[in-house]
Amino acid sequence: MTPLLQLDSVHVHFPGRRGLFAPGSPPFRAVDGVSLAIARGEILGLVGESGCGKTTLSRAIMQLQPVTSGRILMDDRELSALPPADLRRARLDFQMVFQDPYASLNPRLTIFSTLAEAIHARRPALSGPRLHSEVTTLMDRVGLPSSAAARYPHEFSGGQRQRIAIARALAPQPKLLLADEPVSALDVSIQSQILNLLLDLRRELDLTMLFISHDLGVVRFLADRVAVMQSGQIVESGSAEAILSHPRHPYTQSLLAAAPGLSRLARPPETLPPAH
Amino acid sequence: MPILDVSNLRVSFHTRNGIVRAVSGVSLSVPAGSTVGIVGESGSGKSVTCFALLGLLPSPPARIESGSARFGGHDLLQLTEKELRRIRGRRISMIFQDPMTSLNPCLRIGSQLAEPLQIHEGLSRRDAEPRIIAALASVGIRNPEERLRQYPHEFSGGMRQRVMIAMALITKPELLIADEPTTALDVTIQKQVLDLIRERQRALGTAVILVTHDLAVVSETCDHVHVMYAGRIVESAPVQALFQSPRHAYTRALMRSVPALQPKGSVLHTIPGTPPDLASLATGCAFRPRNVPGGHLCLTGRDPELIEIAPGHFVQNCPGCLERGAA
Repeated sequence: MTPLLQLDSVHVHFPGRRGLFAPGSPPFRAVDGVSLAIARGEILGLVGESGCGKTTLSRAIMQLQPVTSGRILMDDRELSALPPADLRRARLDFQMVFQDPYASLNPRLTIFSTLAEAIHARRPALSGPRLHSEVTTLMDRVGLPSSAAARYPHEFSGGQRQRIAIARALAPQPKLLLADEPVSALDVSIQSQILNLLLDLRRELDLTMLFISHDLGVVRFLADRVAVMQSGQIVESGSAEAILSHPRHPYTQSLLAAAPGLSRLARPPETLPPAH
Repeated sequence: MPILDVSNLRVSFHTRNGIVRAVSGVSLSVPAGSTVGIVGESGSGKSVTCFALLGLLPSPPARIESGSARFGGHDLLQLTEKELRRIRGRRISMIFQDPMTSLNPCLRIGSQLAEPLQIHEGLSRRDAEPRIIAALASVGIRNPEERLRQYPHEFSGGMRQRVMIAMALITKPELLIADEPTTALDVTIQKQVLDLIRERQRALGTAVILVTHDLAVVSETCDHVHVMYAGRIVESAPVQALFQSPRHAYTRALMRSVPALQPKGSVLHTIPGTPPDLASLATGCAFRPRNVPGGHLCLTGRDPELIEIAPGHFVQNCPGCLERGAA
């Protein structure tokens, strides 16, 4: 079976500084030969420190950032070779959820308008009661009451805003969801609600996900496979359990060693006394 | 003998939308040289508690309703601004979450580090120089002689936090308040910064209040932990006791919702709902609406008080939240 998304030695370089007489510095290799494949229905966790190229890579996949060389294939179609009009249509197949739900929603649109706009991107003709029922279904899917449709983003808490952002990403019925640190701005108790929601959505919609995070605990819980990125390159990849329990690459080992662990002190959660 | 003893601190904000009770009766003490953690979600009142101690809350809208904070023979909450200035930055220092916004972008690092010495010890800039170089070297910054002539933007995030630590400790304070000092940093840098704080703490004998939302960080760094929810301390215990036998429903629920501790593929335990609105907080147990399924047992008529259920281990005495079989 062909993977849903395939990256073939993708490079993204940013030009170096050029002096008037100086020879100039070499280009900065933000993404330096990354090859990856994500199967349908799989969650791939991408970990690495800030500045390692995670976000540039996701922008390249979204076709927001032109690649210097290499190929990005989705369903065997090369995205970087598509003409602009086709690209716009293809882009509906992959949607993004960002880290900061405060910054990524339009403050002047009600939730209904936000979602309706996203639905129209795929089905411009939809209107009236059918549009309403579609919005209600979406809100229901992410666990928001349909009474919230007439409200504005500022009336919601961080966790609820992230639910709205997820509903918006789901509106055009994407095949791939790119989630760039979707829970790192949220509190622990809210974080777990959103992680459960993402797992539910995967089960119900057979959604494929690229989950970018620096939190190894979150990635271990959510991802099927993990790729570890350092200075623009994938240094290690494999099943989440294998990589996070038996890391081979020294960089992965140092990441794991640095992550503060509760395990040293806490009992395994199964043995915690249940709430009444 | 604690160097800081806070008792029954109450802070409220008078806003257009009513009175927000940010901190409702917090008591805590910090033994000399120890590390005390305050954990809680955003809006639980942990930062407001620290800001109140240092007189950093703008008033209005903030108002300190009651309480005392004994520090070296003074009550910090009763001091005038002038008296506070002699303590703040000299005997108690603070570092903040984002080192980019807490350093002055227009001043060289050296001038910023000299400031506490010029103000509190009356040193001239020239006399301060060797102390600045030593302070930068002590937090692991190489070439301090050259680095002190640079501006904050020439430092990376982790390096800036090192500069903040150097600045906070340059007057050898008795107490360091660290408000989410590593939240903006990567895991590997976070470890370096936490190790550095611990190392400087040992060398100088400084006590530390560490404010964070990260239970893992607390478990690795603190001696004693206070768990805050909706402006109150719901549980307070030595770190071992807290993580091995958490007694309050909120603490237990928090630990159960940490993904790193969950078996893969399971449904993550969640705390339903969201933290309460502090502008309209009813009397009684604040965790009641989210306490499933023990909520119907929670106190409603009066606020639960803290009881000591094991030596040094305090928990709110609410029948719905307290682990069954205890107390």
